[in-house]
Amino acid sequence: MADTALLGSSGGGFPRPGGTAVVPRAGRWRGAGFWLVRRIGSAVFVLWAVATLIFLAIRLIPGDPAEAIMGGPGSQASAAALEAARAEYGLDEPLWVQYLSQLGRLATGDLGTSYALKVPVVQLLADQLPGTLGLAVGAWVLAWILALGLALWSGLGGRGAAVVGSALEIAAASVPHFWLGSVLVLLFSTAWGWLPPVSNGSAAGLVMPVVTLALPLAGFLGQVMRESMLTAMNSPFALSAHARGESESGVVLRHALRHAALPGVALSGWALGSLVSGAVVVESIFARPGLGRSLLQAVTLRDVPLVTGVALVSALAYVVVMAVSELAERAIDPRTRDR
Amino acid sequence: MGNASTRRAGTLRRRPRAGWLRAGNVLPAVAALTALFLVLAALVPGWLAPADPLAIDPVAAFRGPSGAHWLGTDESGRDIYSRIVHGARPSLLIGAAATALGLGLALLLGLAAGLGGRWLDAGVGRIVEVLLALPGLLLALVFIALAGPGVATTIVAVGLSTAPGYARIIRTQVRALRTSPMIEAARVLGHSPARILARHLLPNALGPVLVLATLGIGQAVVWASALSFLGLGEAPPAPEWGAMLAAGRTYLGFAWWMTFFPGLAIVATAASSTVLGRSLQRRAVGA
Repeated sequence: MADTALLGSSGGGFPRPGGTAVVPRAGRWRGAGFWLVRRIGSAVFVLWAVATLIFLAIRLIPGDPAEAIMGGPGSQASAAALEAARAEYGLDEPLWVQYLSQLGRLATGDLGTSYALKVPVVQLLADQLPGTLGLAVGAWVLAWILALGLALWSGLGGRGAAVVGSALEIAAASVPHFWLGSVLVLLFSTAWGWLPPVSNGSAAGLVMPVVTLALPLAGFLGQVMRESMLTAMNSPFALSAHARGESESGVVLRHALRHAALPGVALSGWALGSLVSGAVVVESIFARPGLGRSLLQAVTLRDVPLVTGVALVSALAYVVVMAVSELAERAIDPRTRDR
Repeated sequence: MGNASTRRAGTLRRRPRAGWLRAGNVLPAVAALTALFLVLAALVPGWLAPADPLAIDPVAAFRGPSGAHWLGTDESGRDIYSRIVHGARPSLLIGAAATALGLGLALLLGLAAGLGGRWLDAGVGRIVEVLLALPGLLLALVFIALAGPGVATTIVAVGLSTAPGYARIIRTQVRALRTSPMIEAARVLGHSPARILARHLLPNALGPVLVLATLGIGQAVVWASALSFLGLGEAPPAPEWGAMLAAGRTYLGFAWWMTFFPGLAIVATAASSTVLGRSLQRRAVGA
C-alpha cells in the first residue's frame, strides 16, 4: 500500500506488461489482436501461478490435509475416517498426479468442494460474489468522486485549502477500515440512530459499508491525484494555455483534471486490492454476506478449497482490471498510445 | 531524479511563501512528536504509563475517561491508557519486522531484476506480478489459512504482501543507477562488480529504501492490527491495539472509549509514518 506515494510522483516508472510492446503502426487490428493475446496469456499465467503456489504451499507446510477436511486438528477423527477422506479427495495419490488432476479440474472451472460446507466452491462463490461486487463498485465510485473533489479543492483553493486538504487525505488514508466502521456505527447507529448497524439488505444498510470502504481509498487517490494535478498546473503546457488567455478554470478543466485522473486510473489494480482487503474487514464488521466474510470463515476453518477459490477470483479480477485500466489510460493520455 | 529540474522551473508560478502555515512544516513536526511518543512507549512503557496493563479491577469496569483513568477502563477494569502505551511495543515490533522482511525480500528481487539480464528481469517481473495480483490482506489470509494464526505468521504474511510493491520501486531505482555516469565511471576505472555494488549501488539505492521503510511501517502496523482485529493475530488479554478494538466492539453501545482510543493509536501511527516518510521523500528528491 505504501508504494502509492512514490508511484504518484514518478508516474509509475516501471513498464507495465504489454505496455512496452511495440505495436505495429500499420493495421490497428493486428496491434489490438496482439495486445489481447498478450493479455489473455498473462491472465492464464497469473491464475496458473496462483493455483500452483497455493498447491505447493499446502504440501510444504506441515499438517495433514485430511485432518483439515475432517474439521481441523481438534476434531480427533478416527484413522479410518482420515483414510476415507484421503481416498475421497485423492490425497493418497503421488503429488504430481494430484497436481495435474487439480490443474485439469481448475481448467474446466471446477474449483473443488468446500471442506467445511461440503458444497461446490463455484456455487459458494457465485452466491457471494454479487454482494461484494455491489459493495466494491459503490465504494470505488464514491472514492473517485471524493478524491477528485478533494484534489481540485485543495489543489486550487490556495494555501489554507492545501494544508487542510492534505491533512484530510493523510487522515483518511491512515484510518483502518475496522476503526472507521466502528466509529461510524457509534455515531450513526448508537448515538443518533439514523442507520442500521448491520447490513439488512436495505439501501440504508449499504450506506455505512460503502462509506467505510471508500474513505481510505479516497485518501490515497486524493494524494496522488493532487500531486499529479499540481505538476500539470506547473508544466509548460499549462503556462502556454494561460498565456493564450485561457481562464484558470478552463486550464483546470481542460488540462489539469485529465492529469489528476491519470494516476487514479494507473492505480486501479492497487485500488482493487485495497477494496478486496477492505471488503474482508467491512463485511465482517457489518455482518454482510459476501466473498470477504466467506473467506474469513474459510481461513478460520482452514477450508483450503474455498480459500483457493477466493484467491483465484480475486486474481482474475485483478488481471481484468489491469487490462481495462490500461485501455482507459490510453484513452485519457495520448502520450501512452504510441508506446 | 529528473523531476527536480521541471519542478524548480515550475516555481515561477507558485512560489511557496515563507510562513508558519505550510504543510511542509506543521505536519512533519506533529508527526515527529507522535513518532517520538510511540517509540518511547515501545521502549520504556513504564515511564509513560506506570499502571499495569493487565491488572484487573472489576469494581472499576467500564469507567469512562476521567482523572484516574485518562482513557477509561475496559470490561475487567483494566486501564485503557496503560494498555495502549504497552501495546505500542508489540505493534511497532510486528510492523518493523514485517517491513524489514518485506524490504529484504524486495531488495533481493529488485537487485536481481535491476542488475541481471533480460531473462532474470522478466522472470522477477512475473513473480512480482503474481504477488501483486493477490491483494495484501488476501495474501496474508491465504498464508494464515495454510500456516495457522500467530505472531510469526502475521510478520511473514504482512512482509510477504508488502514485498512486491517495494521490489518494483527498487528495480526502477537500480535500473536508473546502473546506466548513470557515476557507475559508468567506476566501471571504466576497472572496479569490480562487487565493489561497484557495495560502494555505489547499494548506498544510493538505500535512501529510497529508507523512505519506503518509513512509509511502510505505519501500513504494516495497520495490517497487523487488522489481522488481530479479525481474530487471527495476538489474542485478547495481551495489550494489542487491534485485539483491544475488537474486544471493545461488543460494548460499543455504552463504552465507546474501548473502541475509539485503540483505533486512534493505530491512526496516529499510520499517519505519522506517512507524513514523515513523505517529508523524507520530498527532501530526497530535492524539491
